[in-house]
Amino acid sequence: MKLTGLTMAGLLVAGAAFANTVVPDEVSFGEYGAVEASLSGTEGNADKGREIFSTKSMGNCVSCHQVSQLSDVPFQGEVGPPLGGVGEYRSAAELRGIVANAKMTFEGTVMPAFYKTSGFIRPGDGYTGKAAKEPIEPILSAQDIEDVVAFLMTLKEN
Amino acid sequence: MTAAVAMLALTAPIVSAGGADDDTLTINGDLEITTKAEAAPHLDGHLDEVISGWHFRSDETQALEMDDFDNPGMIFVDQAIDSWNTAEGSEDKSCADCHGDPEEMAGVKAVYPKWNEEAGEVRTLQMQVNDCRENRMGAEPWKYDAAAAINMEALLSSVSRGLPVNVAIDGPAADTWEKGKEIYYTRYGLLELSCANCHEQNYGNYIRADHLSQGQVNGFPTYRLKNAKLNGIHSRFKGCVRDTRAETFSPGSPEFVALELYVASRGNGLDVEGPSVRN
Ligand code: HEC
Ligand code: HEC
Ligand code: HEC
Repeated sequence: MKLTGLTMAGLLVAGAAFANTVVPDEVSFGEYGAVEASLSGTEGNADKGREIFSTKSMGNCVSCHQVSQLSDVPFQGEVGPPLGGVGEYRSAAELRGIVANAKMTFEGTVMPAFYKTSGFIRPGDGYTGKAAKEPIEPILSAQDIEDVVAFLMTLKEN
Repeated sequence: MTAAVAMLALTAPIVSAGGADDDTLTINGDLEITTKAEAAPHLDGHLDEVISGWHFRSDETQALEMDDFDNPGMIFVDQAIDSWNTAEGSEDKSCADCHGDPEEMAGVKAVYPKWNEEAGEVRTLQMQVNDCRENRMGAEPWKYDAAAAINMEALLSSVSRGLPVNVAIDGPAADTWEKGKEIYYTRYGLLELSCANCHEQNYGNYIRADHLSQGQVNGFPTYRLKNAKLNGIHSRFKGCVRDTRAETFSPGSPEFVALELYVASRGNGLDVEGPSVRN
């Protein structure tokens, strides 16, 4: 690849974003599971978060949660509670903690941890059924989590 | 939000509450199948009632299982009847030479997996059939869950339909059963989900488009509309473990043999139903 000025700039931005990123093993959870500080240092994008929430290969949150505001997304699941009003009664810090690792808020919950890279039993490589390649990547990136949290904060009317 | 949408939002969880429907399964107009039963004592504190996966499927899918002419799985049973009567191997013997009609095998599927005293191991039906092939017929063993093996399992299952699953979990099988139980409750993969998270805690709920059942195996082999073939128990286990973003076990592995014994025992009291039809 030829390094143009543009890709150089891109690399520099990525490097800068990475510098502010909190890696999964170093996320600091409060007593009740909330995470105060942004994981990426960059504000979340609610539109992007909406897509991550609804897309199978990304967060796939709709497999377990109904969201009345997402009437265009078919097949919303019922394993978790409906989230139509969650931005009303949860703070961004609480939501960040729940999405990063819901087990810190709800002990033993069925909800997967989306920002975690260690402590798994037989981790796999995506949906291939084969062993995971090291190092294990979290299911969602730091910025993905911030985007999802931004989206959840918009869920107010129910 | 319009009134109609509000109504929908309110009624959706109520419609699906409980999940299992109240239909009854009768095959060919006269063979009544027990599809709901009181849970075995070993499920105390986990399940009160055990329910066949048939109850969680749509009316159209359910209907396909109610008549052997409509059940696509029966085509493979016919193929297995040919295989049953075909002599093979160095001994030039067929299953029929030793066992007579397939109907002589009624009741066998209901008690498998089962402890085999001489071998000193728990065997699934496929392992037992392969033992006959290798050691009594001098024929090649069938690959686990491959078409020939699954078709034969479907034949053996079909002649046990309407008989209650009654798998032994004590005595020499106890260790294997405990191992299977441990696997059932282990939260595998990046999603950290156990069989129980989906099939014990959430049966009746929708997970995306799928209506979660109890994950019973009394209906296996199952003909799935999704892939238009008969599917084995271990292949289903493999798919479910893979979906937790985990490294799976292989069909025929000691882990899946143990898990099959355990899951089969969770269905004690339900009737054998295979080959069943699922989506
Ligand atoms: C496999 C099922 C499953 C998936 C996938 C899942 N969740 Fe959950 N979620 C749950 C369950 C179950 C709970 C309830 C917590 C409990 O009590 O165990 C929950 C709780 C929550 C809550 C707290 C709701 C409240 O009322 O406080 C939020 C917020 C949430 N989930 C967001 C998400 C997001 C965002 C995603 C995707 C990135 C997601 N969930 C994916 C099962 C799931
Ligand atoms: C040469 C004789 C012979 C042949 C051929 C043979 N078997 Fe067997 N089979 C036996 C004997 C003996 C047993 C052990 C005693 C018993 O349980 O009937 C047995 C046991 C079984 C069992 C377990 C029965 C139980 O109650 O646990 C199954 C299932 C079975 N055979 C299926 C087959 C199939 C399918 C074939 C053909 C692919 C086959 N056998 C071919 C002799 C044979
Ligand atoms: C993430 C959720 C999930 C997990 C975890 C899971 N399954 Fe499943 N399983 C499903 C879905 C969805 C289906 C298809 C609908 C149904 O029958 O429940 C299914 C189907 C099945 C069936 C077929 C039932 C029938 O009647 O056809 C069996 C058997 C089964 N699962 C066993 C297991 C076992 C054993 C485990 C653990 C190793 C497991 N599942 C883990 C989601 C899951």
